[in-house]
Amino acid sequence: MFILIDALDLVTPDPGLFIWTVFIFLVVFFILWKFAFGPISKALGDREKGIEEALQSAVRAKEEMANMKADNERILNEAREERSKMLREAKEAKEQIIAEAREKANTEYNRIVEEAQQQIDNQRMAALIDIKNQVGNMVLEVSEKVLRRELQDRNAQEAYTRSLVDEIKVN
Amino acid sequence: MKKIIQVVLSAILLLSAGSLMAAEEGAYNPKDFALHHIADANTWHIVGNVSIPLPVIVYHKEDGLAIFLSNKLPEAHHAEEVETEMAHEEHGMDMGKVEEGMEQEHPDMEAAHHEPASYKGYVMVHDRVARADGTAFLDLSVTKNVATLILTALLLIWIFTSVARAYARRPGQAPKGLQSLMEPLIIFVRDDVVKPNLGDNTERFLPYMLTLFFFIWFANMLGLIPLISNPNLTGNITVTMALSVLTFILTNVNGTKDYWMHILWPPGVPLWVKIILVPIEILGIFIKPFALMIRLFANITAGHIIILSLVGLIFIFGNAGESLGGGLGGALVAVPFTIFMSFLELLVAFLQAFIFVMLSALFISLAMEKHEHHHEEAVHH
Repeated sequence: MFILIDALDLVTPDPGLFIWTVFIFLVVFFILWKFAFGPISKALGDREKGIEEALQSAVRAKEEMANMKADNERILNEAREERSKMLREAKEAKEQIIAEAREKANTEYNRIVEEAQQQIDNQRMAALIDIKNQVGNMVLEVSEKVLRRELQDRNAQEAYTRSLVDEIKVN
Repeated sequence: MKKIIQVVLSAILLLSAGSLMAAEEGAYNPKDFALHHIADANTWHIVGNVSIPLPVIVYHKEDGLAIFLSNKLPEAHHAEEVETEMAHEEHGMDMGKVEEGMEQEHPDMEAAHHEPASYKGYVMVHDRVARADGTAFLDLSVTKNVATLILTALLLIWIFTSVARAYARRPGQAPKGLQSLMEPLIIFVRDDVVKPNLGDNTERFLPYMLTLFFFIWFANMLGLIPLISNPNLTGNITVTMALSVLTFILTNVNGTKDYWMHILWPPGVPLWVKIILVPIEILGIFIKPFALMIRLFANITAGHIIILSLVGLIFIFGNAGESLGGGLGGALVAVPFTIFMSFLELLVAFLQAFIFVMLSALFISLAMEKHEHHHEEAVHH
């Protein structure tokens, strides 16, 4: 019974203490709100945001790096291709030049040969004409001689003509 | 080292002096001992006869405001005893008459008796200020609990403003020192206590919840320090009531239309159920913070009473300081148990702060909840 009465004292609110508690708590709350938990909460949020951004930018940097690497590889490949293409082209050009030169040489050769042939032909012709002329002259001379001898002896004339003709045939 | 020994020795001396005093005063009463220690007081009792007087601020309708230190107040308890003893001798009263006299506690009689032994009309009864004439008055004294409140407040402000300064000084960097001690706790309250309940409203309520958490936790921990006389702040029903009232106000101020509808006119329920449900719901508004108040008060008070009872064992076994052997035997039993209980109370101190804040957040979130099924129902009808 006494315990109950004493305990009743324990659970009886004290108005003075109530006022003090509410007052002090609210003062503490407002001070901490303005000068501690507000700024702390903001700082924590900012830091978390900063960390998140840093992580994201790291991921982005990694991606960029990968992209750059891919780009480099692509450029390298292109260069390599270009080089081989150039080499191929050079080779082709070389071959073409050689072929052209060969062709040109061929045609020149042919032309020179042809010209030489023609010249030879011409000279041969000239020679033939010359020979013909000379033969004609000789024939004329012979004929003249024959004609002169014919006037002396007919038989001898004929024999001589025959011998002359034989000589011509031999030639 | 020498100094420590000196302090310990003087503490033992003071303690023994105190127990000798107790022996002189009469048989050791563990119940009074425990209840006296967990009750509020107008002096800050340190050890033995050493106590710090606290300012008394009282207002009386006739006498007006009075402010003075509590050591000016005469002990009404002693005065009463002396007077009854004197009366006993003078009039030769028998035991029955004495009891009768004890029962005659009419205000007028008391006033007549104690008028000269009071200071400005006030006396000290069981370490609390009281009117000598027994009339009502408003007591705004800085009691032991109010002093502890102020101590807690200063501690909180000092610690957390310095932590906040650390954040301002080194923005975006890893915490250091006190900051790194408090940051996990702040994040714990934010992410594990407030956010699961309040979600998007976390930022709005976080300062209140953090203040509440650290206030209760620090007060709980201060109550575990023995040499400052275990201020039983959060084990005081008035303090827990004040804190619950704040949560109660926050809950109901933030209550949505849905919340009030659910209480005053629950939807989708037959009328006869409404008649039963509505009073229960209305009671529920008050029961929730009431439970908060009782839970914190009971847990902390229980812890204090257990520790005080264990310490009391020493005095019971030692027959209130008369038997040293008994006292030592009691100490042998009580000290390990008290150490164990103190560790347990350290856990309870944190746990109760956590529960109080979590339930506060939960109650507020329940009041702010918007019930989607309302709209669905409206569509169906």
